[in-house]
Amino acid sequence: MDLLVGQLFTGLSTGSILLLAALGLSLTFGQMGVINMAHGEFIMAGCYTAYVVQQIAGDAGVSLLIALPLGFAVGGAMGLVLEALLIRHLYHRPLDTLLVTFGVGLILQQVARDVFGAPAVNVSVPPALRGGVDLLGVTVPKTRLFIMGLAIVAVTAVALVLRFTPAGRRIRAVVGNRDLAETAGISSRAVDAGTFFIGSGLAGVAGVALTLIGSTSPTTGQSYLVDAFLVVVAGGLGRIKGAVVAAVALGATQAVFETYSTASLAKVGVFIVIVVFLQLRPQGLFTLRTRSLA
Amino acid sequence: MPQRSTITRLARATGAAAAACALLATAACGSRAGEETQAAESCVDTSGDTVKVGALNSLSGTMAISETTVRDAIYLAVDEINAAGGVLDKKIEIVAEDGASEPTVFAEKAEKLIREDCVAAVFGGWTSASRKAMLPVFEDNDSLLYYPVQYEGLEASENIFYTGATTNQQIIPALDYLAETGVKSLYLVGSDYVFPRTANAIINAYAEAHGIEVLGEDYVTLGSTEFSTIVNQVKSAGADAVFNTLNGDSNVAFFREYANVGLTAEQMPVMSVSIAEEEVGGIGVENIEGQLAAWNYYQTVESPANAAFVAAFKAEYGADRVTSDPMEAAYTSVHLWAATAEKAGSFAVADIQGAADGVSFDAPEGTVVIDGANHHVTKTARIGEISADGLLHTVWESEGAIEPDPFLDGYDWAADLTVSK
Repeated sequence: MDLLVGQLFTGLSTGSILLLAALGLSLTFGQMGVINMAHGEFIMAGCYTAYVVQQIAGDAGVSLLIALPLGFAVGGAMGLVLEALLIRHLYHRPLDTLLVTFGVGLILQQVARDVFGAPAVNVSVPPALRGGVDLLGVTVPKTRLFIMGLAIVAVTAVALVLRFTPAGRRIRAVVGNRDLAETAGISSRAVDAGTFFIGSGLAGVAGVALTLIGSTSPTTGQSYLVDAFLVVVAGGLGRIKGAVVAAVALGATQAVFETYSTASLAKVGVFIVIVVFLQLRPQGLFTLRTRSLA
Repeated sequence: MPQRSTITRLARATGAAAAACALLATAACGSRAGEETQAAESCVDTSGDTVKVGALNSLSGTMAISETTVRDAIYLAVDEINAAGGVLDKKIEIVAEDGASEPTVFAEKAEKLIREDCVAAVFGGWTSASRKAMLPVFEDNDSLLYYPVQYEGLEASENIFYTGATTNQQIIPALDYLAETGVKSLYLVGSDYVFPRTANAIINAYAEAHGIEVLGEDYVTLGSTEFSTIVNQVKSAGADAVFNTLNGDSNVAFFREYANVGLTAEQMPVMSVSIAEEEVGGIGVENIEGQLAAWNYYQTVESPANAAFVAAFKAEYGADRVTSDPMEAAYTSVHLWAATAEKAGSFAVADIQGAADGVSFDAPEGTVVIDGANHHVTKTARIGEISADGLLHTVWESEGAIEPDPFLDGYDWAADLTVSK
């Protein structure tokens, strides 16, 4: 019993990593419908931001605090450029967007390889986050608790922005009905750019945080991309709430399966659950009721 | 409903992408060596002052992290040989190709190197998948590949020379070492592909024959960074040691998690077979100090040949660069090819194959000798400990070089493992 409870806690921690990686995507893919295959590379850019800051600042704790907002800025800036140069011209052409952003992702990987070298670089974990805490029979590393906290903060911030700020209301209006929002005087182009900035910035933040547990190499982002898409699709497009529930559910399913079988089988199990789930409920966990005709 | 239509669009887009990929793959397969290339005449031209060889390594994609270092070592060896007058009085000219971390690309580029560039031999490859993809190309065109990485054994092609360790030169000595130090139980962790699966089959057979208990065996998909469950299971299993066949980026996440839950090298050492000097930096030496690795070469090996190799490498590529086992094996492979050509007095494939047996080279790891029967080389096994300077230091080494035994014919307990050729 203890083991199961402990594993559920592990699932929560796995879920929060998934959520952090998927949160930005739930804005760009979920809200705007843009299939951004370069999302993983924005995460990778966040990882390298953390690395560069640590090379300059030295102290691991201080540099983490600097890198988190800076990672948002770097990821967001890359997102803005990508949106302005390519994606803007490809709205309503999902296949083209998919291929173009996939290519952009490959280019960014090669750029990282040329700038930082092909081998993985080391981002040191601040001493305060080393070691673990014993919870119900499993040891949970402090880094994972930190990521859990960061995921909660990020989700809350996004939810508050969407609900209570004028910018957030405009985003929701454009998602709900683009034409009607434009008629009401909202510049949907500016809103798109803003949404993409926030979504990509969140990928950068995720990248900074993920250096605490994973590797920092040109291909780092790839390992999170598929899981991020899974979370967004299973959660239901356009719903932050859906992403949260889906991420935690996927994390818990993975952890529980893993306890009773092996890691690879657990992965298979999770995919089967998702396939069956999407058969029964193709719109995902939560649906967004809109009045648009698209 | 927009969300429904977006999903449909996504599904269509994904489907179309998959179809495009399938189409590309078919095209790639179509262009590979087929029956019509049987007994193709070699187009290698050595009438001039130069002899061409191919360097086929992944310079892009996920394997670039490792294979670019191998390429550097190949270039170094070629430069050395050229500076000393070349092979059979001809300078070596390298034709470089990018394998792009894709086995199908490796096969294609190998075909191109052999048939269009007319190279006398090709050096490179890393993953077993890339080697398996190139094998029929080299056999069909009757050309030569020098493969420089430790691998899972159970292979011996006339057209491939294997200069990395086979299992009885790396994994079995690592198990011998663990058994000697009193390890009675093991936990196996690996990436889910051919090398770890084969290695663990051998480890299980060895353990059964030597009274060692295997408490768990876990695989993760290549590149996975999710280790909390596995590490907790390793911790609660309480094995005497962990045998790690993870590859690539997964090692970083695994060792960070391992250190974070409070496991240390003193309590439960981890024996790794894919972590060399290059990887230690990325994992962070504070997470891995004191852990063990099994290879045939470390930068710290003390020999005049290694001192010269390390000095030459650092002079060429920078003082911050390190040398590792696959790099040394690649460097050695070029010298072995050159020595074989000198002995044969010819670059022709049949002459090289005929002259190969007994050809030796005073390599950085110690003298290696080609075994003409299975095209592997003799190698000294070394267990290394990772120290605070990020390098590995030998804590144990085999008595002399070990004869290669890719099919484990010399080990009774492995009788069930050795599938026929």
